[in-house]
Amino acid sequence: MEILLQNFDLVIFLVLAIFGYTAGSLAEKRHYRSIIKREKELLKMAVVTAEGSFPPERIQEVALVMGSVVISIDYFKRILAILRNIFGGRVKSYESLVDRARREAILRMKESAKEQGAKMIINMRLETATIGRSANKKKSVGSVEAIAYGTAIVMN
Amino acid sequence: MIMTNVNTVPGKKIIEHFGIVQGNTVRAKHFGRDFMAGLKNLVGGELKGYTELLQDSREEAMKRMEEQARQMGANAVVNIRFATSSVAQGAAELFAYGTAVRVE
Repeated sequence: MEILLQNFDLVIFLVLAIFGYTAGSLAEKRHYRSIIKREKELLKMAVVTAEGSFPPERIQEVALVMGSVVISIDYFKRILAILRNIFGGRVKSYESLVDRARREAILRMKESAKEQGAKMIINMRLETATIGRSANKKKSVGSVEAIAYGTAIVMN
Repeated sequence: MIMTNVNTVPGKKIIEHFGIVQGNTVRAKHFGRDFMAGLKNLVGGELKGYTELLQDSREEAMKRMEEQARQMGANAVVNIRFATSSVAQGAAELFAYGTAVRVE
């Protein structure tokens, strides 16, 4: 018991790491499930990065649609990433973070296009940004923003 | 106002070009939101406060761009691009630019 009290910092650190690991991996799994489910639902909405041309008489309306999301990483994975910084190499924890953010952004863009009755999105562009400080500093919020935007086309 | 991010407005013909229009906004993080984000940061997942903040700011930037285009007498903006940069600690600049045109 005394050892625990003496190393109070370490105990807090371990508790946070374990809490972050369990809650974070649960949340990630749930998010991936929901992404895959919604991707299947929206499979009919065609998204292309090319411009393409259409017969003018078939086009009813065009509109800019976008979707964005800010996702943060959990405590445990951030520690892993900081450790990774020493040796270099693949930082898997951040790979899945950015992957999730992009897919979620594309899904939100598709959903907003669907609301407007569009059948397809052309010239889709993806962008990522971090808010404020860089994502990998110890005290900062390790988060990434993904934006997807494109031109939705409503055809008759 | 018609907004697209392709070179033309599909289905319509461009009759006049007005050049570049732009809109920007710089937003700082809200203290309360930042605190909540710090908590959420422990477990990971979406930071809804930030998502909303950035979405609102981007709409604001687009509104300013639209206003500029309207003053020129345009009725559409084509080839819209978005950019983000961090100018100061904890503040983000959101930037939208495009070409103002008039279509039939």
